[in-house]
Amino acid sequence: MADKPGMVEWDMHMALAQKRLMDVKLGQLSSWLGTRDFTPNGLLGSVRGGYERYFNKYINVKKGGIGGVAMFLAGYVALSYIWEYDHIKHDRWRKYH
Amino acid sequence: MLSRLVLVSGHILKNSGSFGACLVQASRSFHQSSQSRAPVPPLPEKGGKVRHGIFPEELFTLLYPKTGVTGPYMLGTGLLLYMLSKEIYVINHETFAAASIGVVIIYGVKKFGPSVAAFSGIVSADKFDVAQEVKDQAMASLAQGIEDEKKEQWRVEGRCMLFDAKRNNVAMLLETNYRERLHMVTNEVKKRLDYQVELQNLHRRMEQEHMVNWVEQSVIKSITPQQVQGIWSLH
Repeated sequence: MADKPGMVEWDMHMALAQKRLMDVKLGQLSSWLGTRDFTPNGLLGSVRGGYERYFNKYINVKKGGIGGVAMFLAGYVALSYIWEYDHIKHDRWRKYH
Repeated sequence: MLSRLVLVSGHILKNSGSFGACLVQASRSFHQSSQSRAPVPPLPEKGGKVRHGIFPEELFTLLYPKTGVTGPYMLGTGLLLYMLSKEIYVINHETFAAASIGVVIIYGVKKFGPSVAAFSGIVSADKFDVAQEVKDQAMASLAQGIEDEKKEQWRVEGRCMLFDAKRNNVAMLLETNYRERLHMVTNEVKKRLDYQVELQNLHRRMEQEHMVNWVEQSVIKSITPQQVQGIWSLH
């Protein structure tokens, strides 16, 4: 009937939306990105989800190690280097690489 | 907010364990959209594994099937050399500062890590004991409340007997009152009837006496003087 192919596509869409990033095949990456929620609320939710996952895995444990905090600080160092790169560019030793 | 508090104190203590737990429990119930009544699972013992302090173990596991054990290290070396040669990472005064700070941090962690971990283990164990005690007290008081409630329910069952006894009491009172009044009525009626009887007796007696007196008087009056002489002459 008219909506039969529509139903099949919708099922595939839903199935793709449930997958995590690591399980998505390379060819499906663009369509997977289409299923993600890019509204401000959705972005906020994904940030909060990511934070909770990191927190519950590395910090909210009985015997946490240095890893949880150290990874966070290393990420902060790397990010601040990237933000300052336009300024650090002027300290380069050679002009042509 | 709360997480940064935990992180800052976690920077000082190696084990940022369960003293953040109570804060996290509160934040968990705020963040979850669907409130479930299942008991909160206990904290995991150890966090995710991290190699050399900053590389999560997942990276090594990811590359192991294709490149074996040295894969990630080769990747790291290659990336480092690429960044150095293309001067994506520029060596300047900051590199020297970073290196010095890194050496100091690593030395500090290696040397004082275990002792700080032991100390924070003691601290979190104390906090855990306090929390456990609070929980035990709460459970005990709730169990006591359950016992008291059961006792009250048992008491309520005896209510019927109580009401029966009360009803019997009231019936007895009513009965006693009724009989008292009955007695009183009987006594009063008897008194009144006795009065009437006495009254009639009095009447009859008075009539009798009066009549007797009258007859005596008339007899005495009818005794003429000649009769009196006649009686005296008999002597």
